[in-house]
Amino acid sequence: MKKSVSIRSVLLGGVMLLGGVAGAMAAEVNIYTTREPGLIKPLLEAFTASTGVKVNTVFLKDGLAERVASEGASSPADILMTVDAGRLADLAQKGLTQPVKSAVLDAAVPAALRDPDNNWFAFSARGRVLYAAKDLDLKAIRYEDLADPKWKGKICIRSGQHPYNTALFAAYMAHHGPEATKTWLTGLRNNLARKAGGGDREVAKDILGGVCEIGIGNSYYVGLMRSGKGGPDQKTWGEAIKVILPTFENGGTQVNVSGAALARHAPNKEAAIRLMEYLVSDDAQKIYAEANFEYPVKAGAKLDPIVATFGELKIDPIPLTEVVKRRKQASQMAEEIGFDK
Amino acid sequence: MTDVLTRAAPPAPASQARLHSPMALRLRLRRVAGAPGRIWIVGAALTALLVAIPALALVREAARGSAGLWPHLLAHVIPDAALQTAILLTGVGVMVTVLGCVTAWLVTAHEFPGRRIFEWALLLPLATPTYIVAYAYLDLLHPLGAVQGSIRWLLGYASPRDFRLPDIRSMTGCIILLGFVLYPYVYLTTRAMFLTQAANLVEASRTLGTRRGQVFWRVALPLARPAIAVGVSLALMETLNDIGASEFLGVNTLTISIYTTWVTRSDLAGAAQIALVMLAFVLVLVMAERHARRRQRYWTSPQRARSLAPGRLGTGAGLAAAAFCALPVVVGFLAPASYLAAEAWKRFRFAGLSANILTEAVTTVALAAVATLATLALGLVVASAARAAPGRLTALLQRLSTIGYAMPGTVVAIGVLVPLAALDRWIDQSAQTWLGVATGLALIGSGAALCYAYTVRFLAIPTGSVDAGFSRIPRSLDHAARSLGENVTGVFRRVHLPLSTGALASAGLLVFVDCMKELPATLLLRPLNMETLATHLYGEAARGSYEDAALAALLIVLVGMAPVIVLARIGRRQPE
Repeated sequence: MKKSVSIRSVLLGGVMLLGGVAGAMAAEVNIYTTREPGLIKPLLEAFTASTGVKVNTVFLKDGLAERVASEGASSPADILMTVDAGRLADLAQKGLTQPVKSAVLDAAVPAALRDPDNNWFAFSARGRVLYAAKDLDLKAIRYEDLADPKWKGKICIRSGQHPYNTALFAAYMAHHGPEATKTWLTGLRNNLARKAGGGDREVAKDILGGVCEIGIGNSYYVGLMRSGKGGPDQKTWGEAIKVILPTFENGGTQVNVSGAALARHAPNKEAAIRLMEYLVSDDAQKIYAEANFEYPVKAGAKLDPIVATFGELKIDPIPLTEVVKRRKQASQMAEEIGFDK
Repeated sequence: MTDVLTRAAPPAPASQARLHSPMALRLRLRRVAGAPGRIWIVGAALTALLVAIPALALVREAARGSAGLWPHLLAHVIPDAALQTAILLTGVGVMVTVLGCVTAWLVTAHEFPGRRIFEWALLLPLATPTYIVAYAYLDLLHPLGAVQGSIRWLLGYASPRDFRLPDIRSMTGCIILLGFVLYPYVYLTTRAMFLTQAANLVEASRTLGTRRGQVFWRVALPLARPAIAVGVSLALMETLNDIGASEFLGVNTLTISIYTTWVTRSDLAGAAQIALVMLAFVLVLVMAERHARRRQRYWTSPQRARSLAPGRLGTGAGLAAAAFCALPVVVGFLAPASYLAAEAWKRFRFAGLSANILTEAVTTVALAAVATLATLALGLVVASAARAAPGRLTALLQRLSTIGYAMPGTVVAIGVLVPLAALDRWIDQSAQTWLGVATGLALIGSGAALCYAYTVRFLAIPTGSVDAGFSRIPRSLDHAARSLGENVTGVFRRVHLPLSTGALASAGLLVFVDCMKELPATLLLRPLNMETLATHLYGEAARGSYEDAALAALLIVLVGMAPVIVLARIGRRQPE
């Protein structure tokens, strides 16, 4: 033990020395992210253009937490960026992050959309919304209604184990408790037109293909499809559907977030915080809204016109922390009732 | 070193043909340890250790415990997942055996229109990753896709709501798809066997009165059983470890449960436990297969091995044979590849060429090449040890060095990540302490960790095929070389190596193609700013826009095709 203390102090000296050297060189910031490269590239390029700070990224699929944890103090990661409040909370819970004190972030990110201890911040939000066939006579729907037998064989949805769905089920549980959730989930499962699977865009594609009439998907996919950014095929899928913002009984639309945390051993802490602050700037929030069709978190930031047509988003009042807590239970429940079978 | 290893190792499986008493084994070992072949055994032991490290890392993760997971799994997940896995494996097993054996027999023993083309074309599906094929078919056969569109047009239906074919997102769809993509493993190994072994025996059996039609069932097939077993087990392990295609097609296998446990519930310990149980299950199956074959001896006499003279088929039979061979080539390769080419062209006109795609292609090839060389070298070491000192120890080392192939790629990736990152931390801290220099992540940051993961994952391929190549070299050549004054290394360099270039090259090409397609380890272990074709493809796929990645997918297929064609040419010259 004693030895490790002395090693640590030497190490600290080394790091400080290197830190000094690195600081004198051109600033860089390293991001480990599970966000798709195409979605965050415009943001990072804009950041580099406006600050001159070079951004290095590695895009991971799974195992972000494992990789950072294994790399420990040697990890080059400054910022951990991911989607889903559950994953963000996980990073903080595993001790892989550090709190950020920033007046800029505090002012821009609503308290409900960040960690109570400032270990992570959301930069954009997305609704879990209903896609419906364009000619379907339907104006409004509640999540509860999805279990109504009148939708039997008419609903498409991705795997019940996908974090987007797990969060939706967990939110349902936060509203109605486990028993009612199980009944609802079973009802929803019995209404599926095909096995739960694929992605959210396949839901739109399947609606156009006549496989189902309604489905659940994330709000931004509609923007990506309809804007034509995904090519002409996807434009037709996007135009085949209309979006309805479902709400919980006595609640609002279920919303999840994308966000970031400062890595515990971030070697470029200063540049990293600068990037995080940039992400809530008006410019960046505009990119989130226009390039990715997400809901910006900053009050007053404008929506993309396509997203604005969905109607006014009424965010469900149940805090994300309550949803995150029930994630594991929701995932197991989906297995118990054979949601994906 | 060797003594320590044998004592520490669990009792070797009774799969080796000859059984030794422990006493005899120890005596042998002592003799071996003093013999010049020792260096090979030490090398093989180190190789086995390298492969075992990730598995041990998983054992350590699993030992952290996962409270209350198993009751839930046993009640709600495992029964169904195990059943689905069993159905999938059985279905794919039957498909690859039938497709692989029949096509191999057709092209080696018969002359029919297009035979010379089918000889290599039958290998082409190897070039396409299963996840790409699954995606291509999902799109082609979707109610909005080209196939159903044409059918509706022909039948006069206006909308997909009026007429639809059954969904391919099903177990049947998954079995058919994987069967048509994975049969080349069986084709490759079985055909090599037919080419080198059948001639003499087939002729002998004919003189003894076996009718032409019976030769396949009574001589060729039983003789090829070890080769079929190798090919089928490779195909089944690919099936078992597949995540992309099964996930797309909605088949919930055990591998998907591992994945869900880890990713959705952040329970790495639980995932590692399921993975280890599955690994144990695979090893038991492999041993059972070997046990069932334990009394069978296969003897070749390479000096006299000649290719079978193909018998000419009549017009009708010839066309039928051509059609049978064409089916897997079209379904497993031509259709998805044409789809990709068409999509890539559409994308190219819509969005132009991604600026980085060339760099990505170069990175992909470079990584795969380095990993292939390392894998081949280690495979040679393991096979040479078995050659220099046949026995239970080397058989065990051989077995150990193949376990990476029996684990899902995601699991291997985590198994590599944990110990290598620890080593990286240690290097970094030591360098800082003693030299005052921070090395950062020397192994992960340089891509070495990734190459290591590839090696662990694919070492089974050269170990098996080089061993098979060596087994065709008569021992008398070793003795002759030794009596002429060569030492063990000299025999290796001047006899074994030149005589097994064919086996070595085909193993190398298979490993290369597999590395290029590999996704989970590549995603998890690559350094900052490094993209390969597969990760590019995945990045686009994650956004649900596979079309954007059609070009990358097509490049993977194209880069994969070259080695596959070379592979077929080597196969043709194989009988040496």
